[in-house]
Amino acid sequence: MSGRVLVGVKRVIDYAVKIRVKPDNSGIVTDGVKHSMNPFCEIAIEEAVKLKEKKLIKEVVAVSCGPQQSQETIRTALAMGADRGIHVEVTGKDYEALGPLQVSKIMAALAKKEDAQLIILGKQAIDDDCNQTGQMTAALLDWPQGTFASEVALEGDKVKVVREIDGGLETIKINTPAVVTADLRLNTPRYATLPNIMKAKKKKIANMKPADLGVDLTSRLEVLRVDEPPQRQAGVKVETGGGPGGQTEGGRDDIEASGARRGAQNYADGTL
Amino acid sequence: MAALRPLSRIGRLASGICRNHRLICDTRRRGVASCVDPAHGLTDEQKEFQKVAFDFAANEMAPHMAEWDEKEMFPVETMRKAAQLGFGGIYVQPDVGGSGLSRLDTSVIFEALSTGCVSTTAYISIHNMCAWMIDTFGNTEQRERFCPDLCSMEKFASYCLTEPGSGSDAASLLTTAQLKGDHYILNGSKAFISGGGDTDVYVVMCRTGGKGPKGISCLVVEKGTPGLSFGKKEKKVGWNSQPTRAVILEDCAVPVTNRLGEEGQGFNIAMKGLNGGRINIASCSLGAAHACVQLARDHLLVRKQFGETLSNNQFLQFKLAEMATKLVASRLIVREAATALQENRSDASSLCAMAKLFATDECFNICNQALQMHGGYGYLKDYAVQQFVRDIRVHQILEGTNEVMRMIVSRNLLTES
Repeated sequence: MSGRVLVGVKRVIDYAVKIRVKPDNSGIVTDGVKHSMNPFCEIAIEEAVKLKEKKLIKEVVAVSCGPQQSQETIRTALAMGADRGIHVEVTGKDYEALGPLQVSKIMAALAKKEDAQLIILGKQAIDDDCNQTGQMTAALLDWPQGTFASEVALEGDKVKVVREIDGGLETIKINTPAVVTADLRLNTPRYATLPNIMKAKKKKIANMKPADLGVDLTSRLEVLRVDEPPQRQAGVKVETGGGPGGQTEGGRDDIEASGARRGAQNYADGTL
Repeated sequence: MAALRPLSRIGRLASGICRNHRLICDTRRRGVASCVDPAHGLTDEQKEFQKVAFDFAANEMAPHMAEWDEKEMFPVETMRKAAQLGFGGIYVQPDVGGSGLSRLDTSVIFEALSTGCVSTTAYISIHNMCAWMIDTFGNTEQRERFCPDLCSMEKFASYCLTEPGSGSDAASLLTTAQLKGDHYILNGSKAFISGGGDTDVYVVMCRTGGKGPKGISCLVVEKGTPGLSFGKKEKKVGWNSQPTRAVILEDCAVPVTNRLGEEGQGFNIAMKGLNGGRINIASCSLGAAHACVQLARDHLLVRKQFGETLSNNQFLQFKLAEMATKLVASRLIVREAATALQENRSDASSLCAMAKLFATDECFNICNQALQMHGGYGYLKDYAVQQFVRDIRVHQILEGTNEVMRMIVSRNLLTES
């Protein structure tokens, strides 16, 4: 086994920023907005570096797909302990259309090229919330996948993954090479130390284009429109009919008529 | 009545602008891409340092800042965590455990840390100053003996220059150090020593020779040395996360091997240390002012009076703009002074004094204004703005009063002719 782990890191709008939709509804405003590494990718890097410190793997390679600025994100990964970086340059329209399908093709190609033993990704990115890249990468490579990991243990040529699922915790054992996606409670990412930030300057970041990997970036999706969630409507008070037994037929009609049910559907306006 | 119509049109236009302004700048305390963003003009590497410091401040310091102030706790564990990241000896050489960064890197880091807790960051900066003095003026044996523990904050340091009888007139200090064989016998007392009583290593300026600056030497005194004792813990308006005590020396015997540099070099060492110290303290003021501008901005967007948010009030808009302008101007002079000091420029000392004078004064006014903008809430200890005001008030006094800063600058101007 090569002992090499690929970790995908994505440059996203910083979690603390309150985002705004572009006036032409074509997307989100990104110019001049603070960006940083996707929090789940930080957790993925931390897990890989921990494995290296336990001497269970030999090398951590941080990968990012995007424009020139993606190199900042790779540098942060290097400052946290990754050994080297790979920047797959994707710009302009290709970058706007870049989604999990394209990234997973790139990761699959790199996994073969770098003879990776393990791929660790964040479970999802906080900008698109797709939660697809890890799964698609595993499918393209025909590798097993351990997603939503809250614990990862390398045992010989297998990986034991404790997954956070709706019903609780599920423990699975999968063969390597494998894809693991990191969930929130997997670890607490370390702060980069000042000496490590300086050492990161000397670590190498290789540049390549998707064409070098034989990857076709054509998107099967087209974003038609981006809107803010609808403003939360005020609730409506209705007269209740009937006695202490509860609603009468008439009462329910009143509630429907007043659009209160519509309001309830609107409650999920959520946060972006 | 007719005259009011154009005014109301202007009012609507202004509130329209204000709404757009809110759309662009409605962000949280993390200083995101606005005109006061402290990341402007920094290299990528400096931005990385700044990010670590901001994250550490937000996660490890800000949640405890009020408690440390109220309970007067010296947060040893948090500071040691900071030291693990390299903040214990930021501009100390790497061969003795320091991070070997520049003065500008240091200023950026302290500015960011200060947004989490001014008092603790200010102490960390004093500790750094002492570690640097030993690193720069100590011989190999002294550097190896003291610096590694200071950089890891295994041990903490204090800077002892001021005495009850000599503050601004530092060169008139009276603590004596009489040579007896291979020891100096120290007698005297130091006042207002940050960390005093809780720290392990004391960098003490004392008189080995005649009157004036040329008779002063610098000695490192370790806690536990017989004859070293401390006064009561002072009760202060701010800086409460660090203890302040008098340091009392009564026939305290300190080996000659603990002397930094030559006899008579002490005042020079003290002043060189203070140049950096002044940039650090000014940087702490910058961080506090930055946090307060954010707090004021957030408050203006939320608080409503007379049917609209305070952010629609032109006086407050203009006041906020003035605060932002003074903040950026202060930041620029502090960073320029840091660069000048790093490059050993001839104007470095004067620039450090100018930067300390300007930044500490302006930033205090910014924080004070921010408190005013909060109205009655600003006066409550539930709100952080009052702690920033209390904590940075002393920056206009210590490491050389702002009056002494004026002395330094005027001397530079008037002796040139």
